[in-house]
Amino acid sequence: MSLLLFDALLCLLLLALALASMLSRQLTHAVILYVAFGLLMALAWARLAAPDLALAEAAIGAGLTGALCFTALARQGAPAAALKLSWQQRLWPALFVLLMLTGLLQALLQVPASAGPIPEMVMLNLADSGVTHPVTAVLLNFRSWDTLLELLVLLLALLGTLQIAPVPTQQTSWRLSRSWSELLAPLIILLAGYVLWAGASQPGGAFQAGALLAAGAVVLKLNQQLSWLGWQNIWIRLVVVAGLAVFSLVAVLAWLLPVPGVNVVWLRWPPDYAKYIILLIEVFATLSIALTLTLLVVSEQPATQLSLARENETGAGND
Amino acid sequence: MSGANELSILSIIISSLLLGIGLLFFIAGSMGMLRFPDSYSRLHAVTKADSLGLGSVVCGLMFYSNWWQNLLMLVVWLLVLASGTVSCQLLARFCKAKQDQL
Repeated sequence: MSLLLFDALLCLLLLALALASMLSRQLTHAVILYVAFGLLMALAWARLAAPDLALAEAAIGAGLTGALCFTALARQGAPAAALKLSWQQRLWPALFVLLMLTGLLQALLQVPASAGPIPEMVMLNLADSGVTHPVTAVLLNFRSWDTLLELLVLLLALLGTLQIAPVPTQQTSWRLSRSWSELLAPLIILLAGYVLWAGASQPGGAFQAGALLAAGAVVLKLNQQLSWLGWQNIWIRLVVVAGLAVFSLVAVLAWLLPVPGVNVVWLRWPPDYAKYIILLIEVFATLSIALTLTLLVVSEQPATQLSLARENETGAGND
Repeated sequence: MSGANELSILSIIISSLLLGIGLLFFIAGSMGMLRFPDSYSRLHAVTKADSLGLGSVVCGLMFYSNWWQNLLMLVVWLLVLASGTVSCQLLARFCKAKQDQL
């Protein structure tokens, strides 16, 4: 009974925070409310017995997205004046949202109430997957296609951001915040390593570990530390791509070099080597996710002749 | 959670008392944040009262878990204490810097 009360309160709070975040007039307030929403969402996932999702939501949804939104706000410069929209202008977005909502609701209604045969199949084949945690087995063996594409999406997002990222405002950092972020750094590295390693047998894994590392790196970077961490560094670029590259390379190798006695399936690892393959992929994925997320928050536009900031500068100079 | 049934009446009373005190501090901190007039006193209310409240809640929960979980909870509390202190200082400095600019 008390748990039901807690759940009902949680649902109400989630809805209230989501609405408040959407309707808030000030963007900073909206971001803060969104971070609070992310924290409660993590709690909701934990209540739904999905600790993997709860971890990811707490690290990415509540932690990193907040930093991302705040740095975006800080770079935005003068706040844009609120636009007066006529009702015709409001109609099209509303129609679009309504259409999306119907589609989502229909998809939601098609989700079967019972779990179906898939969880049982996962548990049956768990011994062949190389790990003992079913979520990791699904993400990196049975459905590794999804994870591969997620890494690709993340890389594309970073490449897109690098094209339009405005020049960051120069900030000074206080010694207190700098030394606190330095104090936290070893702890975060330790924690990320643990989360990565724990992913084989319990909730954890590359995304959570990567998000943790990224959080530490972002705080250090905002305090003017880690000057080598930037897109202009060729090694950083290599590591950013490495997650996807190693994953694809391993997939191709596993496909081309069949282990005798095991039938070859695209993106399925031979049971004897699965553990090492998954560890290899996860280590590189963690590093690449960490750097990608860090660069998403603090990246500066690389100064090439085609970049937008350059164009604006020269344009302003000509005027 | 396994030990919940074996707890003596005394430990249940002490732990409930600690949890209640923790909740009181949390409520006081939240009230302070809502009602206090300026940023400094609001910061004071939130960081001080909530840190103490969390400590009290952790102490109350310690009756229900084993030593390893207790250690982890203590570490979590220490981290929250430290980060609360540091962020309070930083926010207060930011407010001061802004005030001086005006």
